[in-house]
Amino acid sequence: MLLCALSIFGIVVLIASELVQRSHLAWSSFGLGFFFSTFTDPDTKLTMFWDPINGHFSAFPFIYGTLVSSFLALLIAVPLAIGLAIFLTEMCPQILRGPLAFITELLAAIPSVIYGLWGFFVLVPLLREHVNPVLIQLLGWTGFFNDDNPTGLGFLAAGVILAIMILPIISSLTREVMSAVPHSQREAVLALGATRWEMIRMGVLRNARIGIVGGVILGLGRALGETMAVTMVIGNTPQIQRSLLSNGASMASVIANEYAEASSDLHLSALTEIGLALFVVTIIVNALARVLVWAVTRGAPARVG
Amino acid sequence: MGVGIEVTNLNAWYGTNHTLQDINLNIPANHATALIGPSGCGKSTFVRCLNRMHETNPIARVTGTVRIGDLDIYQDAKPVEIRRRVGMVFQRPNPFPTMSIYDNVAAGLKLNGYSNRRVLDETVERSLKNSALWDEVKDELKKKSGASLSGGQQQRLCIARALAVDPEVLLMDEPASALDPVSTSKIEDLIFQLKTQYTIVIVTHNMQQAARVAEKTGFFLNGRMVEFDSTHKIFTNPSDKRTEDYITGRFG
Amino acid sequence: MHLPGCWCGQLRAVLRREWGETGTREYGEQKLRKSNDLRARIRTITDGGATGIAVLSTVLVVAPLVAIFVYLIYKGASSLSLDFFTKLPKPEGEPGGGMANAIVGSAVLLAISSAIGIPIGIGGGIFLAEFGRGTRLANMVRFTADVLNGVPSIVMGLAVYSLIIYRQKHFSALAGGVALGIMMIPTVCRTTEEMLLMVPHAVREAALALGVPNWRSVLSITVKTASPGIITGCMLAFARVAGETAPLIFTAFGNSNWSVNPNDPISALPLEIYRYSISPYDDEHRLAWAAALVLIVLIVVAVSLVRFVASRGVLKGAS
Repeated sequence: MLLCALSIFGIVVLIASELVQRSHLAWSSFGLGFFFSTFTDPDTKLTMFWDPINGHFSAFPFIYGTLVSSFLALLIAVPLAIGLAIFLTEMCPQILRGPLAFITELLAAIPSVIYGLWGFFVLVPLLREHVNPVLIQLLGWTGFFNDDNPTGLGFLAAGVILAIMILPIISSLTREVMSAVPHSQREAVLALGATRWEMIRMGVLRNARIGIVGGVILGLGRALGETMAVTMVIGNTPQIQRSLLSNGASMASVIANEYAEASSDLHLSALTEIGLALFVVTIIVNALARVLVWAVTRGAPARVG
Repeated sequence: MGVGIEVTNLNAWYGTNHTLQDINLNIPANHATALIGPSGCGKSTFVRCLNRMHETNPIARVTGTVRIGDLDIYQDAKPVEIRRRVGMVFQRPNPFPTMSIYDNVAAGLKLNGYSNRRVLDETVERSLKNSALWDEVKDELKKKSGASLSGGQQQRLCIARALAVDPEVLLMDEPASALDPVSTSKIEDLIFQLKTQYTIVIVTHNMQQAARVAEKTGFFLNGRMVEFDSTHKIFTNPSDKRTEDYITGRFG
Repeated sequence: MHLPGCWCGQLRAVLRREWGETGTREYGEQKLRKSNDLRARIRTITDGGATGIAVLSTVLVVAPLVAIFVYLIYKGASSLSLDFFTKLPKPEGEPGGGMANAIVGSAVLLAISSAIGIPIGIGGGIFLAEFGRGTRLANMVRFTADVLNGVPSIVMGLAVYSLIIYRQKHFSALAGGVALGIMMIPTVCRTTEEMLLMVPHAVREAALALGVPNWRSVLSITVKTASPGIITGCMLAFARVAGETAPLIFTAFGNSNWSVNPNDPISALPLEIYRYSISPYDDEHRLAWAAALVLIVLIVVAVSLVRFVASRGVLKGAS
């Protein structure tokens, strides 16, 4: 038994060491600049980031893509998830609670590739035909929505799909910490003459806010590492664009796309280094989230993710 | 100033459990009234009907009339309004842990829309003085959290919080049962002072406590009110045999 | 509606002083009452608004899910046929064919991954619940398991590629199985620990009181009591990795023929869904939908089963 437990340590260490080994080549070639440098293509004189042919690699556009799609996902998912959690914990009639919770659980169980499939064949055309034109018309002046990319793929599509995927995790954790708030707190607020919303705000959300933040961070962690659904809808173009409707690429998506047919050792190593960066970042984010949630519920949250 | 409470034919249910049956009584203004009885006899439920907290439970039901002053609280007003006018202190102190002492006391005021700094400051100070906590916390009002106080102090904080919104009635559900004897006596002294300004209803398991603080006492048994009379009479010469049995410790 | 005797006593005194003695007491009280009513109305509206937003959020969440399911069933069902389950895929561009090899491939991969993930996971869970309870080592193990859980699946694929494929110089089902197996460990470990912790003390004490000679026997009793829960944990992990694609892309890699040899590249349902969906052929798209439907049905059955067992009381054996 002890052996099994220790092997878990061993596995994580092993993963880390393999990643470090494989990315050594890229690390020694580019150093820290790997993450934010740019190149100028000698032929076209354009700014390039990712040039397997000439051996120039910069992870900048992928970091950008990961961050943009993840934060967009948070922007969409967090209010909805918290709203759902509030409804389920405080407002929902008893008979609806079970089925709704079950539906949320099912959402969490759908594999990433199926989300990608649906995203590619349903969401992207929807965005392309109905949503993007409206956004361009109404909000084009902000600079975040321009019409250079008529495919419907891009950061927005990735953000929406990610939002749907991280919603269950944020919601279920929020529900858990909200349920952990003792009933006496709710009664104390009500006894002062508060409306139900005021009771929720002052008696429940206020007490649970640390845990809710933890849940949001956990959702962020999931969004950062999400691969298949993002790969299928983000457009896979390593570029940095202000418009949310342009194609892009994320750290996970470039690895999924290019690893199997990588053209050189340096290429492989660069991809692995991106993977290593992803590894480190998700560990930090997830650790932070777990600490926050644990602090509120005084116990390890179970069966999440 | 306090008002009297008139209860007529009050019945309460938890689901199918008929918790209170045909309660009729008049609670006098500016007095402390104690409610005693064995566990599960319905006295807590009764008190929670007085500020409409009973109905927060989805399977709860109430029929009958409760008049506070000349207001029928079930017909003429909404629960939110009633609960501001009828304050409640619970068995286990429940200050808000994420708020400072100041914010705890001011919570009810802020809910009702008071944001003027001076009004809040002064009302907080008065409430804390009224609940005999001011001297102990006046230097750390905004620095200490509500939960960092001792048990007795927390309960007095809860009393201050309830008093800050100027209720006319103060309901206390076994307020000292979770406290040590010193804190208990402090709370009892407090009740003595408060009852000149408010109408107090106190539920207690402790008969000596009822004898100490209350002018009138009601004895509950199995959801009915068996006897309601001056405290002196209940404890020295009760009319009902069941009351006598309880007082002398034959059950409960 | 008249609220008699509101705002009495000290608050009123404070407010009266605040407004100076401007005007009369009646003026002060009127001002109080007016602002009272307005405030009360605002608070009621806010309360209603908040409820509305919460309901709206719920609808906005449930709607896409229902939409996804309905669409999946609609598209998938129309593409399902017996061929799907029995035939091999045709070369590119040719209509027809099935995904029998992917189904078999998934089965092989899941078998390998279960062989790795379940024993280690259960072992770890037993350690956490029975031997290491409260120790720092146990806390670190639990934390590490959580860390492992959060590692993106693509990074897992990278690590296994480096560990196995790089050295062996060829893609293999074994590598894919290892990647999936590692991903099963945290879930199995966690649920095992949870289920064991739920076994009532009384059971353990009864075993000890009976003079059961050693910890091994006590263990077997508690494990047997918790076994329904442990099995559901394994099912949960199983369902989760059954849909994983990213770690397989460059470990198992995929194979358009029959293969059950762990040393050869192998196909898998989610892998084929991915490959077919990005291909230009409509026929292959249809196959992707059919595969998605099969996968989702499997997963929904697993999740529902888990919930059913959990709700019926995992520890019926204990009571």
